[in-house]
Amino acid sequence: MISRKIVLPGDLVSTNPKTAGPGTYVEGNKVYARVLGLLDKTDTGVRIIPLKGRYIPSVGDTVIGIVREVTANGWIVDINSPYIAFLPVLENPAMKPNRKPNDVLDIGDAIIAKVMNIDPKMKVTLTMKDKLCRPIRVGRIVAINPTRVPRVIGKKGSMIKLLKSELDVQIIVGQNGLIWLNGDRRKVSIAEEAIYIIEQEAHTEGLTDRITEFVKKRKVEMGLEKPEEKEVSEDQG
Amino acid sequence: MEEIKLIVDGKRLDGRGFEELRPIKIEAGVLKRADGSCYLEMGKNKVVAAVYGPREVHPKHLEEPDRAIVRYRYSMAPFSVEERKRPGPDRRSIEISKVSREALEPVIMKELFPRSAIDIFVEVLQADAGSRTACLNAASVALVDAGIPMKGIVTSVAVAKVDGVLVLDPMKEEDNYGEADIPFAFLIRNGKIESITLLQMDGRVTAEELRKALELAKKGAMEIYKLQREAIMKKYVKEEEVME
Repeated sequence: MISRKIVLPGDLVSTNPKTAGPGTYVEGNKVYARVLGLLDKTDTGVRIIPLKGRYIPSVGDTVIGIVREVTANGWIVDINSPYIAFLPVLENPAMKPNRKPNDVLDIGDAIIAKVMNIDPKMKVTLTMKDKLCRPIRVGRIVAINPTRVPRVIGKKGSMIKLLKSELDVQIIVGQNGLIWLNGDRRKVSIAEEAIYIIEQEAHTEGLTDRITEFVKKRKVEMGLEKPEEKEVSEDQG
Repeated sequence: MEEIKLIVDGKRLDGRGFEELRPIKIEAGVLKRADGSCYLEMGKNKVVAAVYGPREVHPKHLEEPDRAIVRYRYSMAPFSVEERKRPGPDRRSIEISKVSREALEPVIMKELFPRSAIDIFVEVLQADAGSRTACLNAASVALVDAGIPMKGIVTSVAVAKVDGVLVLDPMKEEDNYGEADIPFAFLIRNGKIESITLLQMDGRVTAEELRKALELAKKGAMEIYKLQREAIMKKYVKEEEVME
């Protein structure tokens, strides 16, 4: 990864308004940063990778939400964002005629859903008509800063693939910073710790390698695996 | 009553020059549960700022369909002054909250978050003069720390007239016995002062003096701006070091 500079709101990032990307704004033919973040400047565009901030929903995102209210025609879902979401009865395949909404999902239930529509007044509508979507009855939900989600997924899903293959757990990452983990309890614990490390050290170099090492070490410590290399066993002492 | 000399041998009572700021200490990200926070010391002022949001608006009727609302609460702790202050908002703190909010509103990109609220709470733990400027500086750092989109950074500083001379960043004695106190707040973008977002005046100065005061305040604000930047950078410096 190339080294990236930290920019603050108001810093001049480019003088070509055509290159302005996410996290920037244009005024008087100049491009300025509008959030605290890392500068990602290429020949074709400038964008700021934010370091902090809330989750703002966008259409097509997979999110994990908690049911806050049940109404006659759907559920009101908290998606860890400034905007609450609505899941209509028609968008939940588990709804059969003669079943009431509160028999299907009740207050406090967690669900994996997709953002179907957002209207200009930021009314968010969810759907569960997707093979990924399901109510969560087992496993664990981990919350991280939503701006660190891309790092947990990794380039083309590399980080998440690593965790899945090394630990043999189910992982679904919500774009809103909630992550669902399921599998062997001890392995899930390792995955949880690994995710927190990724969150803490996002935007640093060689993170994938360090995570690989960490997962291996923890597996040995938990007695899930025998130390294979001599270096690992020395680290224990 | 005996006249109090505020300037002795060309120096101020605390030994500062006319264009010298009080020592400033800024730390970003001090509160775990807030989205953004900042602790700031400006001379004897000690303030802590917390920013929450964008988040849902409660009560619902305050909501704006096309933009976020900004709420700013300036509050003084009962123990922040020599004589115990009755807790809770009073006339003075309500006014300061209003002008400070208006100083930050044009800088925050509210239109990006319709139907939401950005809440800023600033608590004065120890007050010397110029607590509103200290609070604005802290709030501005906390806003950046919360990752809220803004056009630039707000930096605030006061200028006072004491014993006929203009001095930067007055402390308590100068504020109480001086002839005028003029707090300023500026929008700083890319290291340049773009506009004035707050200007108040208590006392009297001539038009010429006001012009001079503005120049003096600009100089002071640039120094504070550098410290604000440093404070934010310091929090994220570890990440930068690893990358390089």
